[in-house]
Amino acid sequence: MLTLPIYLDNNATTPLDPRVLEAMMPYMTNMFGNAASRNHAFGWQAEEAVDYAREQIAALINCSPKEIIFTSGATESDNLALKGVFEMYASKGNHIITLTTEHKAVLDPCKHIEKMGGKVTYLKVDEKGLINLQELEEAITDKTILISVMYANNEIGVIQPIREISTIAKKRGILFFTDATQAVGKIPVDVEADGIDLMAFSAHKMYGPKGVGALYVRRKNPRVKVTAQMDGGGHERGMRSGTLNVPGIVGLGKAAEIARQDMESDSKRIAAMRDRLERELTTIEESYVNGSTEHRLPHVSNISFKYVEGEGLMMGVKDLAVSSGSACTSASLEPSYVLKALGLSDDLAHSSLRFGLSRFTKEEEIDFAIGHVKEAVAKLRELSPLWEMFKEGIDLNSIEWAEH
Amino acid sequence: MAYSDKVIDHYTNPRNVGTLDKAKKNVGTGLVGAPECGDVMRLQIEVDENQIITDARFKTFGCGSAIASSSLATEWLKGKTVDEALSIDNMAIVEELALPPVKIHCSVLAEDAIKTAINDYRVKNGLPELEMPKSHH
Repeated sequence: MLTLPIYLDNNATTPLDPRVLEAMMPYMTNMFGNAASRNHAFGWQAEEAVDYAREQIAALINCSPKEIIFTSGATESDNLALKGVFEMYASKGNHIITLTTEHKAVLDPCKHIEKMGGKVTYLKVDEKGLINLQELEEAITDKTILISVMYANNEIGVIQPIREISTIAKKRGILFFTDATQAVGKIPVDVEADGIDLMAFSAHKMYGPKGVGALYVRRKNPRVKVTAQMDGGGHERGMRSGTLNVPGIVGLGKAAEIARQDMESDSKRIAAMRDRLERELTTIEESYVNGSTEHRLPHVSNISFKYVEGEGLMMGVKDLAVSSGSACTSASLEPSYVLKALGLSDDLAHSSLRFGLSRFTKEEEIDFAIGHVKEAVAKLRELSPLWEMFKEGIDLNSIEWAEH
Repeated sequence: MAYSDKVIDHYTNPRNVGTLDKAKKNVGTGLVGAPECGDVMRLQIEVDENQIITDARFKTFGCGSAIASSSLATEWLKGKTVDEALSIDNMAIVEELALPPVKIHCSVLAEDAIKTAINDYRVKNGLPELEMPKSHH
């Protein structure tokens, strides 16, 4: 039996794995100690649990447990990395290089840094969503202190050439930060092999709880430091004050352990379902997959169904929880900036749906989703004046649309 | 954001979807909006010799509220005289469909579509073009 609606928005957040919840429970009930309490058993228990989680996480990303700084989530980690490096390395320079397709949790801190007197270069991506390495090299100046490029994109799932980027950074003596929120736990991420200096990630994108994340900060070759963005107590090696969220951290640790153990089999199965979904949906006339399909996370597919508006389509697929690149909710009606960065015209960007699968997605759910989307697209095209014009062979670009 | 029952009803069972022959002299067509903005409405009216709108049809590319606004507009247009139709105000659509503030532009677009269709009919029949209200967008 299918339970509706079907959740296919796992890039927004994932359900909590029951094994993770089980690990967390004791720390939400009788093992409630403060990990910073050094003089009684409650504190020791909590500290031990946090240390164990650090090891579980370190094993997943191949770092030392000491290099993990716990935060409230990836947004905080992004802020801490960007602003923290900008402040800490002010004497070396003030220039940061990033991408136009980064998450707002990177772009907005960058804007803040610009207001603080920093310089930020926003590199464009190609039509597949990938960075141009030559442009990256050319953007580097003697003031560049940080390159910030996301591991995998949240809207289209495109994976950037992390090793090539870090090699360039290393060669020029620049730190390399990656927002790996969508990648950690889904694909192998190895901070050593990948040459990463700082990395942000979050528990709730990998079947862990909300409200907890981490920032990896390299301790050796080179030793990286960030200026704390919050004062009080000096927790987490002075980089992030605040009482540790012990149950959350235990959850992140457990989620990391499960990911490490199940990643290979999970992603094979999920990718097969994703590929089937995509194959079926692209049999729909005038449908297009957005972004690289070669360098992509195994569980994401972003498809535009031309001549159908995304938000209207989402309403048509009411039994699916997906997300759209169309934001018809503001005066500007701006479609996704990520899709626009790929060079998609506004109408195609408005026509997109993002499907995000998880380890809990079932084959029957994919069957249902395929039928449901096909039906909704057909129905909305019956309603669409643009579809009618297309079918009559009218070039939509030849029409003078009223500005509004 | 949750949609009102009326929006869902119009979206699920849109009234008067279709196309009238725009070449006919007694058919007025209004095509408003733009694909880049995520909204395109085409609204058509057919008018008899007594200036009564006997048929109204729409097709809309847009969100649920845009579809519902144009579907509702066709319902309201039928049976009205052309002059009466001019008095349909976007705020009446907002009220009827309980549109939230972020969706008011859908009703504005529907009003624009009505007025554009009426103007098209007027021009075809030798009547002076009415001044369009300045777009609210």
